[in-house]
Amino acid sequence: MPVRQQIFSLIVGITVAIFILEMVRRRKLREEYSWLWFLTALGIVVLAIWYDFLVMLSHLIGAVLPTTTLFILGLLFLLLITLQCSIKISALTDKINRLTQEVAILKAELERPGGKDSE
Amino acid sequence: MAGDVVIIIPAYNEEHTLSRVITDIRGSVSGVDILVINDGSQDKTEEIVRRMGERVISLPFNMGYGAALQTGFKYALKNDYRYVVQMDADGQHEPKDIPKLLNVVLNGEADVAIGSRFLNSDNYKASLIRRTGMLVFGHIASLIIGQKITDPTSGYQALNSNGICFYASDYFPADYPDADVIIMLHRAGLKIKEVPVTMYPNSQKSMHGGIELLYYLFKMFLSIFLTLLRKNPFPRT
Repeated sequence: MPVRQQIFSLIVGITVAIFILEMVRRRKLREEYSWLWFLTALGIVVLAIWYDFLVMLSHLIGAVLPTTTLFILGLLFLLLITLQCSIKISALTDKINRLTQEVAILKAELERPGGKDSE
Repeated sequence: MAGDVVIIIPAYNEEHTLSRVITDIRGSVSGVDILVINDGSQDKTEEIVRRMGERVISLPFNMGYGAALQTGFKYALKNDYRYVVQMDADGQHEPKDIPKLLNVVLNGEADVAIGSRFLNSDNYKASLIRRTGMLVFGHIASLIIGQKITDPTSGYQALNSNGICFYASDYFPADYPDADVIIMLHRAGLKIKEVPVTMYPNSQKSMHGGIELLYYLFKMFLSIFLTLLRKNPFPRT
Protein backbone atom coordinates (compact mmCIF):
# COMPACT_ATOMS: atom_id res chain seq x y z
CA MET A 1 0.00 0.00 0.00
CA PRO A 2 1.42 3.42 -0.90
CA VAL A 3 2.53 5.51 2.07
CA ARG A 4 -0.02 8.22 1.26
CA GLN A 5 -2.90 5.76 1.46
CA GLN A 6 -1.53 4.40 4.71
CA ILE A 7 -1.23 7.85 6.27
CA PHE A 8 -4.72 8.80 5.09
CA SER A 9 -6.28 5.62 6.49
CA LEU A 10 -4.45 6.08 9.79
CA ILE A 11 -5.72 9.64 10.08
CA VAL A 12 -9.29 8.55 9.34
CA GLY A 13 -9.16 5.68 11.83
CA ILE A 14 -7.65 7.74 14.61
CA THR A 15 -10.03 10.67 13.99
CA VAL A 16 -13.03 8.36 14.21
CA ALA A 17 -11.71 6.86 17.46
CA ILE A 18 -11.06 10.28 19.02
CA PHE A 19 -14.44 11.58 17.89
CA ILE A 20 -16.27 8.61 19.43
CA LEU A 21 -14.27 8.96 22.66
CA GLU A 22 -15.17 12.62 22.85
CA MET A 23 -18.85 11.89 22.25
CA VAL A 24 -18.87 9.32 25.04
CA ARG A 25 -16.98 11.70 27.33
CA ARG A 26 -19.58 14.41 26.73
CA ARG A 27 -22.33 11.84 27.29
CA LYS A 28 -23.72 12.39 23.81
CA LEU A 29 -23.22 8.72 23.03
CA ARG A 30 -23.82 5.92 25.48
CA GLU A 31 -21.04 3.44 26.13
CA GLU A 32 -23.25 0.56 25.03
CA TYR A 33 -23.54 2.01 21.53
CA SER A 34 -19.89 3.01 21.23
CA TRP A 35 -18.22 -0.38 21.01
CA LEU A 36 -19.19 -1.08 17.39
CA TRP A 37 -17.85 2.32 16.37
CA PHE A 38 -14.58 1.69 18.21
CA LEU A 39 -14.34 -1.64 16.45
CA THR A 40 -14.73 0.17 13.12
CA ALA A 41 -11.96 2.62 13.96
CA LEU A 42 -9.72 -0.18 15.16
CA GLY A 43 -10.38 -2.10 11.94
CA ILE A 44 -9.36 0.89 9.84
CA VAL A 45 -6.13 1.38 11.79
CA VAL A 46 -5.19 -2.32 11.72
CA LEU A 47 -5.78 -2.61 7.99
CA ALA A 48 -3.81 0.58 7.32
CA ILE A 49 -0.75 -0.63 9.19
CA TRP A 50 -0.89 -4.31 8.36
CA TYR A 51 -1.35 -4.50 4.58
CA ASP A 52 -0.47 -8.21 4.40
CA PHE A 53 -3.44 -8.96 6.60
CA LEU A 54 -5.71 -7.23 4.10
CA VAL A 55 -4.22 -9.27 1.24
CA MET A 56 -4.67 -12.43 3.28
CA LEU A 57 -8.30 -11.52 3.99
CA SER A 58 -8.90 -10.88 0.28
CA HIS A 59 -7.58 -14.34 -0.55
CA LEU A 60 -9.74 -15.83 2.15
CA ILE A 61 -12.99 -14.36 0.84
CA GLY A 62 -12.00 -14.73 -2.81
CA ALA A 63 -11.80 -11.02 -3.61
CA VAL A 64 -9.50 -10.06 -6.49
CA LEU A 65 -8.51 -6.65 -5.21
CA PRO A 66 -7.74 -5.70 -1.59
CA THR A 67 -9.82 -2.55 -2.13
CA THR A 68 -12.88 -4.75 -2.67
CA THR A 69 -12.26 -6.31 0.72
CA LEU A 70 -12.09 -2.86 2.26
CA PHE A 71 -15.42 -1.87 0.72
CA ILE A 72 -17.05 -5.11 1.83
CA LEU A 73 -15.79 -4.65 5.37
CA GLY A 74 -17.01 -1.06 5.34
CA LEU A 75 -20.47 -2.16 4.22
CA LEU A 76 -20.51 -4.91 6.80
CA PHE A 77 -19.79 -2.50 9.63
CA LEU A 78 -22.49 -0.11 8.43
CA LEU A 79 -24.92 -3.01 8.22
CA LEU A 80 -24.14 -4.07 11.78
CA ILE A 81 -24.49 -0.55 13.10
CA THR A 82 -27.86 0.02 11.41
CA LEU A 83 -29.05 -3.38 12.63
CA GLN A 84 -28.05 -2.42 16.15
CA CYS A 85 -30.11 0.74 15.73
CA SER A 86 -33.15 -1.22 14.48
CA ILE A 87 -32.97 -3.56 17.44
CA LYS A 88 -32.73 -0.68 19.87
CA ILE A 89 -35.61 1.15 18.19
CA SER A 90 -37.78 -1.98 18.49
CA ALA A 91 -36.96 -2.24 22.18
CA LEU A 92 -37.68 1.46 22.67
CA THR A 93 -41.01 1.17 20.83
CA ASP A 94 -42.06 -1.64 23.16
CA LYS A 95 -41.08 0.37 26.20
CA ILE A 96 -42.89 3.49 24.98
CA ASN A 97 -45.99 1.39 24.34
CA ARG A 98 -45.92 -0.05 27.83
CA LEU A 99 -45.25 3.33 29.43
CA THR A 100 -48.02 5.02 27.49
CA GLN A 101 -50.52 2.33 28.44
CA GLU A 102 -49.57 2.54 32.09
CA VAL A 103 -49.69 6.32 32.15
CA ALA A 104 -53.12 6.30 30.51
CA ILE A 105 -54.44 3.76 33.02
CA LEU A 106 -53.00 5.65 35.99
CA LYS A 107 -54.38 8.94 34.70
CA ALA A 108 -57.83 7.44 34.30
CA GLU A 109 -57.64 6.07 37.85
CA LEU A 110 -56.52 9.41 39.25
CA GLU A 111 -59.50 11.11 37.70
CA ARG A 112 -61.77 8.37 38.99
CA PRO A 113 -60.33 7.22 42.31
CA GLY A 114 -60.91 3.73 43.58
CA GLY A 115 -61.02 1.91 40.26
CA LYS A 116 -64.04 -0.19 39.50
CA ASP A 117 -65.64 -0.08 42.93
CA SER A 118 -66.45 3.61 42.97
CA GLU A 119 -69.67 4.34 41.27
CA MET B 1 -71.79 -11.25 38.20
CA ALA B 2 -71.74 -7.53 38.91
CA GLY B 3 -68.24 -6.10 38.96
CA ASP B 4 -66.86 -9.21 37.31
CA VAL B 5 -67.37 -8.35 33.68
CA VAL B 6 -66.04 -5.42 31.72
CA ILE B 7 -66.76 -4.63 28.10
CA ILE B 8 -63.66 -3.19 26.44
CA ILE B 9 -64.21 -0.97 23.43
CA PRO B 10 -61.16 0.47 21.65
CA ALA B 11 -62.24 3.60 19.81
CA TYR B 12 -60.46 5.87 17.38
CA ASN B 13 -62.56 8.77 16.12
CA GLU B 14 -65.88 7.01 16.62
CA GLU B 15 -68.08 9.91 17.77
CA HIS B 16 -70.81 8.98 15.29
CA THR B 17 -71.35 5.38 16.35
CA LEU B 18 -70.10 5.15 19.93
CA SER B 19 -73.13 6.46 21.81
CA ARG B 20 -75.42 4.05 19.96
CA VAL B 21 -73.06 1.15 20.70
CA ILE B 22 -73.02 2.01 24.42
CA THR B 23 -76.81 2.44 24.53
CA ASP B 24 -77.28 -0.91 22.78
CA ILE B 25 -74.90 -2.63 25.19
CA ARG B 26 -76.86 -1.26 28.16
CA GLY B 27 -80.03 -2.57 26.56
CA SER B 28 -78.56 -6.03 25.98
CA VAL B 29 -76.77 -6.84 29.23
CA SER B 30 -76.97 -5.57 32.76
CA GLY B 31 -74.47 -5.59 35.57
CA VAL B 32 -71.44 -5.14 33.37
CA ASP B 33 -68.96 -2.29 33.31
CA ILE B 34 -68.15 -0.52 30.08
CA LEU B 35 -64.65 0.76 29.39
CA VAL B 36 -63.80 2.72 26.27
CA ILE B 37 -60.15 3.05 25.27
CA ASN B 38 -59.91 6.32 23.44
CA ASP B 39 -56.97 5.74 21.11
CA GLY B 40 -55.87 9.34 20.69
CA SER B 41 -59.04 10.42 18.89
CA GLN B 42 -59.23 13.95 17.54
CA ASP B 43 -63.02 14.05 17.70
CA LYS B 44 -65.48 13.98 20.60
CA THR B 45 -65.08 10.27 21.40
CA GLU B 46 -63.85 10.90 24.95
CA GLU B 47 -66.45 13.57 25.67
CA ILE B 48 -69.29 11.30 24.56
CA VAL B 49 -68.20 8.49 26.86
CA ARG B 50 -67.84 10.86 29.81
CA ARG B 51 -71.21 12.41 29.14
CA MET B 52 -72.76 8.95 29.13
CA GLY B 53 -71.14 8.26 32.51
CA GLU B 54 -68.98 5.34 31.44
CA ARG B 55 -65.30 5.04 32.15
CA VAL B 56 -62.77 6.00 29.54
CA ILE B 57 -59.01 5.63 29.31
CA SER B 58 -57.53 8.13 26.91
CA LEU B 59 -54.21 7.33 25.28
CA PRO B 60 -52.14 10.48 24.70
CA PHE B 61 -51.66 9.62 21.03
CA ASN B 62 -52.90 7.09 18.52
CA MET B 63 -51.25 3.74 19.27
CA GLY B 64 -53.20 1.41 17.02
CA TYR B 65 -55.91 -1.14 17.61
CA GLY B 66 -53.82 -3.83 19.34
CA ALA B 67 -52.14 -1.50 21.80
CA ALA B 68 -55.41 0.22 22.66
CA LEU B 69 -57.10 -3.12 23.22
CA GLN B 70 -54.23 -4.31 25.39
CA THR B 71 -54.53 -1.20 27.54
CA GLY B 72 -58.06 -2.33 28.37
CA PHE B 73 -56.86 -5.80 29.29
CA LYS B 74 -54.16 -4.37 31.54
CA TYR B 75 -56.83 -2.30 33.25
CA ALA B 76 -59.05 -5.37 33.61
CA LEU B 77 -56.20 -7.36 35.12
CA LYS B 78 -55.29 -4.56 37.51
CA ASN B 79 -58.89 -4.18 38.67
CA ASP B 80 -59.52 -7.91 39.13
CA TYR B 81 -62.18 -8.33 36.50
CA ARG B 82 -62.77 -12.00 35.82
CA TYR B 83 -64.31 -11.72 32.38
CA VAL B 84 -63.79 -9.39 29.46
CA VAL B 85 -65.80 -8.84 26.33
CA GLN B 86 -64.01 -6.90 23.63
CA MET B 87 -65.92 -5.28 20.82
CA ASP B 88 -65.55 -2.60 18.19
CA ALA B 89 -66.83 0.94 18.54
CA ASP B 90 -67.97 1.29 14.95
CA GLY B 91 -71.25 -0.58 15.41
CA GLN B 92 -70.03 -3.60 13.46
CA HIS B 93 -70.78 -5.95 16.33
CA GLU B 94 -74.31 -6.66 17.48
CA PRO B 95 -74.47 -6.10 21.27
CA LYS B 96 -77.33 -8.61 21.56
CA ASP B 97 -74.71 -11.32 21.01
CA ILE B 98 -72.78 -10.40 24.18
CA PRO B 99 -74.62 -12.90 26.45
CA LYS B 100 -74.02 -15.63 23.88
CA LEU B 101 -70.26 -15.00 23.90
CA LEU B 102 -70.09 -14.43 27.62
CA ASN B 103 -71.92 -17.64 28.48
CA VAL B 104 -69.24 -19.73 26.79
CA VAL B 105 -66.54 -18.41 29.13
CA LEU B 106 -68.86 -18.22 32.16
CA ASN B 107 -69.69 -21.91 31.75
CA GLY B 108 -66.01 -22.76 31.42
CA GLU B 109 -66.51 -24.15 27.90
CA ALA B 110 -63.51 -22.16 26.69
CA ASP B 111 -60.98 -19.55 27.81
CA VAL B 112 -61.63 -17.44 24.76
CA ALA B 113 -64.90 -17.23 22.85
CA ILE B 114 -64.53 -15.74 19.40
CA GLY B 115 -67.54 -14.30 17.62
CA SER B 116 -67.59 -15.55 14.07
CA ARG B 117 -69.51 -13.88 11.28
CA PHE B 118 -69.13 -16.92 9.05
CA LEU B 119 -70.00 -19.80 11.34
CA ASN B 120 -73.71 -20.00 10.63
CA SER B 121 -74.62 -17.48 8.03
CA ASP B 122 -72.74 -16.32 5.02
CA ASN B 123 -74.37 -12.97 4.57
CA TYR B 124 -71.42 -10.86 5.59
CA LYS B 125 -70.28 -8.61 2.78
CA ALA B 126 -66.58 -7.85 2.59
CA SER B 127 -64.16 -7.07 -0.17
CA LEU B 128 -62.75 -10.03 -2.08
CA ILE B 129 -59.24 -9.35 -0.77
CA ARG B 130 -60.42 -9.31 2.81
CA ARG B 131 -62.48 -12.43 2.40
CA THR B 132 -59.55 -14.23 0.79
CA GLY B 133 -57.23 -13.15 3.60
CA MET B 134 -59.63 -14.38 6.27
CA LEU B 135 -60.13 -17.65 4.38
CA VAL B 136 -56.41 -18.33 3.88
CA PHE B 137 -55.31 -17.47 7.40
CA GLY B 138 -58.38 -19.10 8.87
CA HIS B 139 -57.39 -22.32 7.15
CA ILE B 140 -53.76 -22.04 8.24
CA ALA B 141 -54.81 -21.42 11.84
CA SER B 142 -57.31 -24.30 11.69
CA LEU B 143 -54.63 -26.67 10.39
CA ILE B 144 -52.12 -25.70 13.05
CA ILE B 145 -54.40 -25.83 16.05
CA GLY B 146 -56.48 -28.75 14.78
CA GLN B 147 -59.75 -26.95 15.25
CA LYS B 148 -61.89 -25.15 12.72
CA ILE B 149 -61.49 -21.39 12.78
CA THR B 150 -63.76 -19.51 10.41
CA ASP B 151 -63.16 -15.90 11.41
CA PRO B 152 -59.58 -15.27 12.57
CA THR B 153 -59.82 -11.46 12.33
CA SER B 154 -62.83 -11.17 14.60
CA GLY B 155 -62.46 -8.48 17.25
CA TYR B 156 -65.64 -9.61 18.98
CA GLN B 157 -64.51 -11.90 21.80
CA ALA B 158 -65.17 -12.90 25.38
CA LEU B 159 -62.34 -14.04 27.65
CA ASN B 160 -61.90 -15.43 31.14
CA SER B 161 -58.99 -14.63 33.44
CA ASN B 162 -56.59 -16.90 31.51
CA GLY B 163 -57.39 -15.00 28.35
CA ILE B 164 -57.10 -11.66 30.14
CA CYS B 165 -53.64 -12.57 31.46
CA PHE B 166 -52.50 -13.56 28.00
CA TYR B 167 -53.78 -10.43 26.25
CA ALA B 168 -52.29 -8.20 28.95
CA SER B 169 -48.87 -9.85 28.61
CA ASP B 170 -46.00 -8.92 26.33
CA TYR B 171 -46.82 -11.91 24.14
CA PHE B 172 -49.75 -10.06 22.68
CA PRO B 173 -48.74 -8.32 19.45
CA ALA B 174 -49.31 -4.61 19.72
CA ASP B 175 -50.32 -3.86 16.14
CA TYR B 176 -53.13 -5.93 14.75
CA PRO B 177 -54.15 -9.23 16.35
CA ASP B 178 -55.18 -11.87 13.83
CA ALA B 179 -54.78 -15.58 13.15
CA ASP B 180 -51.34 -15.47 14.78
CA VAL B 181 -52.92 -14.65 18.15
CA ILE B 182 -55.29 -17.61 17.83
CA ILE B 183 -52.29 -19.88 17.27
CA MET B 184 -50.48 -18.29 20.22
CA LEU B 185 -53.53 -18.84 22.42
CA HIS B 186 -53.64 -22.47 21.40
CA ARG B 187 -49.92 -22.93 22.02
CA ALA B 188 -50.33 -21.31 25.42
CA GLY B 189 -52.81 -24.04 26.24
CA LEU B 190 -55.92 -21.87 26.18
CA LYS B 191 -59.19 -23.25 24.91
CA ILE B 192 -60.85 -21.45 22.02
CA LYS B 193 -64.40 -21.68 20.86
CA GLU B 194 -66.08 -19.91 17.98
CA VAL B 195 -69.60 -18.62 18.47
CA PRO B 196 -71.81 -17.45 15.62
CA VAL B 197 -72.55 -13.72 15.85
CA THR B 198 -74.06 -11.04 13.68
CA MET B 199 -71.71 -8.52 12.18
CA TYR B 200 -72.59 -5.55 10.06
CA PRO B 201 -70.35 -4.45 7.23
CA ASN B 202 -68.00 -1.68 8.14
CA SER B 203 -68.59 1.15 5.72
CA GLN B 204 -65.76 3.55 6.46
CA LYS B 205 -62.51 1.73 6.84
CA SER B 206 -60.89 -0.58 4.33
CA MET B 207 -57.97 -2.01 6.15
CA HIS B 208 -55.94 -3.73 3.51
CA GLY B 209 -55.01 -2.30 0.17
CA GLY B 210 -51.85 -2.16 -1.88
CA ILE B 211 -48.69 -1.89 0.18
CA GLU B 212 -50.69 -2.41 3.35
CA LEU B 213 -51.92 -5.73 2.03
CA LEU B 214 -48.40 -6.84 1.17
CA TYR B 215 -47.19 -5.86 4.63
CA TYR B 216 -50.16 -7.64 6.19
CA LEU B 217 -49.42 -10.87 4.30
CA PHE B 218 -45.73 -10.67 5.18
CA LYS B 219 -46.44 -9.91 8.83
CA MET B 220 -48.96 -12.71 9.21
CA PHE B 221 -46.77 -15.36 7.63
CA LEU B 222 -43.75 -14.25 9.65
CA SER B 223 -45.70 -14.02 12.88
CA ILE B 224 -47.29 -17.46 12.46
CA PHE B 225 -43.95 -19.00 11.48
CA LEU B 226 -42.14 -17.47 14.46
CA THR B 227 -44.93 -18.38 16.84
CA LEU B 228 -44.35 -22.00 15.87
CA LEU B 229 -40.59 -21.66 16.38
CA ARG B 230 -40.83 -20.24 19.90
CA LYS B 231 -40.32 -22.95 22.48
CA ASN B 232 -42.16 -21.65 25.49
CA PRO B 233 -44.94 -19.46 24.18
CA PHE B 234 -46.51 -18.43 27.43
CA PRO B 235 -45.97 -19.53 31.00
CA ARG B 236 -49.44 -20.38 32.17
CA THR B 237 -50.60 -19.13 35.51
